[in-house]
Amino acid sequence: MEVTRRGFLKLSSAVAAAGGLGLSLKPVSAYAQPLKIQYAKETTTICPYCSVGCSIIVSVRRGVVVNTEGDPDSPINRGSLCSKGGSIYQMAVNENRLGKPLYRAPFATEWKEVDWEWALEKIAHNVKESRDKSFKTKNDKGETVNRTEGIASVGSAAMDLEECFTYQKFLRGLGLVYIEHQARI
Amino acid sequence: MTNHWVDFKNSDVLLIMGSNPASNHPVSFKWIQAAVDKGAKIICVDPRFTQSAAKAHLYAPLRSGTDIAFLGGMIKYILENNLYLEEYVKHYTNASFLVNPAFKLPGDNKGVFSGLEGAKYNKDTWSYQTEAGGRIKKDMSLKDPNCVFQLLKKQYSRYTPEIVSKICGTPVDKLLEVYKLYASTGKPDKAGVELYAMGWTQHTVGVQNIRSMCIIQLLLGNMGIAGGGVAAMRGESNVQGSTDHGLLFHIWPGYLGTPTASLATLKAFNEKRTPTTKEPDSLNWWKNFPKYSASFLRSTYGKNASLEEAYELMPKLDDGANYSWLTIFDQMYKGKFTGFFAWGMNPACSGAHSNKVRQALGKLDWMVNVNLFDNETGSFWRGPGMDPAKIKTEVFMLPCASSIEKEGSLANSGRLQQWRYKAVNPPGIALPDGDIMSEIYFKVKELYEKNGGPLKEAITKLSWPYGKFVGSHYHYDPHAVAKEINGFFLEDKKVENPTKKGEFKEFKKGDPVPTFAWLQDDGSTSSGCWIYCGSYPGTNMAARRGQKDPTGIGLYPEWAWSWPVNRRIIYNGASVDLNGKPWNPKKPVITWNGEKWVGDVPDGAGNPGSGRPPFIMKPDGVASIFGPGLADGPFPEHYEPLECPVEKNLMSPQKHNPAIKRFDKAGVGSDMDVYASVASCDPKFPFICSTYRISEHWQTGVLTRWCPWLAEMQPGMWCEIGLELAKEKGIANGEKVIVESARGKVECTAIVTPRFKPFIIDGNTIHEVGIPWHFGWITTKDRTYKPGDKKPEVYTEGDAANLLTPTIGDANTMIPESKAFMVNVRKRG
Repeated sequence: MEVTRRGFLKLSSAVAAAGGLGLSLKPVSAYAQPLKIQYAKETTTICPYCSVGCSIIVSVRRGVVVNTEGDPDSPINRGSLCSKGGSIYQMAVNENRLGKPLYRAPFATEWKEVDWEWALEKIAHNVKESRDKSFKTKNDKGETVNRTEGIASVGSAAMDLEECFTYQKFLRGLGLVYIEHQARI
Repeated sequence: MTNHWVDFKNSDVLLIMGSNPASNHPVSFKWIQAAVDKGAKIICVDPRFTQSAAKAHLYAPLRSGTDIAFLGGMIKYILENNLYLEEYVKHYTNASFLVNPAFKLPGDNKGVFSGLEGAKYNKDTWSYQTEAGGRIKKDMSLKDPNCVFQLLKKQYSRYTPEIVSKICGTPVDKLLEVYKLYASTGKPDKAGVELYAMGWTQHTVGVQNIRSMCIIQLLLGNMGIAGGGVAAMRGESNVQGSTDHGLLFHIWPGYLGTPTASLATLKAFNEKRTPTTKEPDSLNWWKNFPKYSASFLRSTYGKNASLEEAYELMPKLDDGANYSWLTIFDQMYKGKFTGFFAWGMNPACSGAHSNKVRQALGKLDWMVNVNLFDNETGSFWRGPGMDPAKIKTEVFMLPCASSIEKEGSLANSGRLQQWRYKAVNPPGIALPDGDIMSEIYFKVKELYEKNGGPLKEAITKLSWPYGKFVGSHYHYDPHAVAKEINGFFLEDKKVENPTKKGEFKEFKKGDPVPTFAWLQDDGSTSSGCWIYCGSYPGTNMAARRGQKDPTGIGLYPEWAWSWPVNRRIIYNGASVDLNGKPWNPKKPVITWNGEKWVGDVPDGAGNPGSGRPPFIMKPDGVASIFGPGLADGPFPEHYEPLECPVEKNLMSPQKHNPAIKRFDKAGVGSDMDVYASVASCDPKFPFICSTYRISEHWQTGVLTRWCPWLAEMQPGMWCEIGLELAKEKGIANGEKVIVESARGKVECTAIVTPRFKPFIIDGNTIHEVGIPWHFGWITTKDRTYKPGDKKPEVYTEGDAANLLTPTIGDANTMIPESKAFMVNVRKRG
């Protein structure tokens, strides 16, 4: 049975109602409900939201996140999480996540699903065209500047450190100077 | 942060001003509470009675944008009542330095410092007097009228409680209560910490807000000690790290200033950027700049180019030009760019004056938007008021992996680098950001190799040894990058131990560099970001999970890794007196055991009695009470926000920060850039407005609005309105209202609350309202959903708060002034 979130709430109220039968279901339900992280593989992560850096344990069974909770070993949060950190489960288990590249052609009124190869190929051509058209080796004073003036970038503090480093290398390699991100706002 | 989150527990007084950690950094309150349990006091200063205020022992209201007046009054109080830590101020700050006698303070110069020419300062008079050999002249008695200490006293003598109260709207008795309590941390064995966030940065005087507090912390001897410091509480999990790694126009990784066009060679660049000093005892750590710039260039081009060639290939800025956020969207609106990457960002909601941002996106030929969910930026062309048939922008919305679907590290506000692991695969065919950028890079590289193009070597020679192709897909290996950021030797080399003269160590090509002290300026080492050198010296330090706390003050030196060199409290060389004795023997950060320093990794501490001044990142070795490096003055001075509710600055004839760049001037900004209530109060927009955050959402809500638990808890845009204003406007709690500025409007649900009280400003009643900035149209119910569109399980209401905010930035950083602008609030018709 696929138990949705709302369905689960209904289910639990039905269990609560059964309490009115006059017999205790407690030992039975305790026996019937194994720990939800049973047989799960645990990994640790750091919360992606604010900058406190709380550690979180992620439990995965058969490739699916089944539980997330605060990591008691972290000297920073000692197992505590706030409302956002406590909802990390829904970041992974969420049918609204984008799973395929989307493309919107000029003047189009809707998105079209495309494959990676096509999208990346087209992006690379766009990058080259914009760069070639706007690349300046010298500024008005005749000083060497070697920069691409026709492309800008914003992002991202939401990436990992390694990706941030790689991204700035990519942008500076292309000659960008308009490089900004969340830290400026 | 100079210190770290757990360190809050060591404080005696915590000043929460410019932030609301109870809502926005909730788990930090664990450590604030730990301090309170041991008797510490919390002070909260905020325009609104926030959740943090509710936990404070002392709350004082102030009008948005008047923090410098408030803190200037505190400086006066500390100086006049002799509450400063004299030895610290004399020896660890530039208080004794003699300033050029021609320098003038705003009190003697119509509200501005000497040297103002148009909107820019000529800083010739902001200089020090020097002796024949070039050493700075000092007066250790601090009595010379031109010494920094006396100038400071004079500057803030104008900030009387009465005038401060008139400006801030804070009652005089509350002001004095705050001053008295916070100044109690000036005793050697007491610690005070200041907790700020965007409540201080998002102002036209943002940097000077923070400077005011730095001055206070230096006067009280609160820098470098346990429970002290200035805590910049960052808004994103890795915004510390993304800044460290140079994702800003003005810095390369490790805070190396981006080269400008006038610096034609690496030699010229190094000479210009490497500070020198004539102070014999100063370590002047930045003298090592050429080692870091060379190692960074090596990390970019490896040995595919010589250091000089690599420097040549790197893009240069025009001298004096600004390429920051507000400029980007201004230029974009004017059609300057054909291409744009909005990578892991949602500027259509996060950018000040979002209407302008949204219009600007339509001027592009193409945009690449990488994110986890559909968002207002990627889908801007189908947003409110947009006609897709008229918008040319080609958009690629690329799906990426979330934080638990890939491996890598991030740096929290305490400079702590922590590693995280992959738990599951990303949905569908989504990829980690690192894989996506690598694939684009290799495709672009291939095009340049095949077809050529201007300065193609800048691209084709980049070193990219971060993974491998499996089939047609490039698998990016974050460990390979982490090792490159740490740095390694590019050749076999024998190097003298930087801390032990005469001792040599041999390194082989490929060996990791142990710490940045071993980096070289001759191209024999590569290091992507020198401050992270030591993070991966063979083993991944960020992944450590050790539990030891040998000092008992919560440093946990074996939990992950902190830059620089695993130091947990920076400037800790200032935590001991001139003889090397901790100011507070009960909570020492470093202790001299007779042979060496133990405790935290010492910062700039020479052997006891050596006379080395501890602030080694400053050329002169001491902290700057006088700060001539800034664009808008060596001392903070109160100026009104650009949009403000008063006719005059009560402190001086200069109403606004004279060094800001206005976008409503011909030839600078655009037709969309308008301001209200600048020259005089505009009755159309009579109320101050400030934006803020809440626990249940994050940033523009780009992730959290799609999470049903969070959307259900906080489902929509509201406006907090005080009881008095609500009564005046006939607005009932829960009613729909329109909040409107000179630039846009948003519909909100009115929350009528005593948390906002009217301010009495120079005898006038002034109202302030507040709005959260986490909302946007993409997750609302009433927009059009086409087949295939993602539909949230729980809808949210309302659009972005930034539709209201102005295009105006701080004079130094250009961070937008989103915390004080003028609006009207009316019932929805």
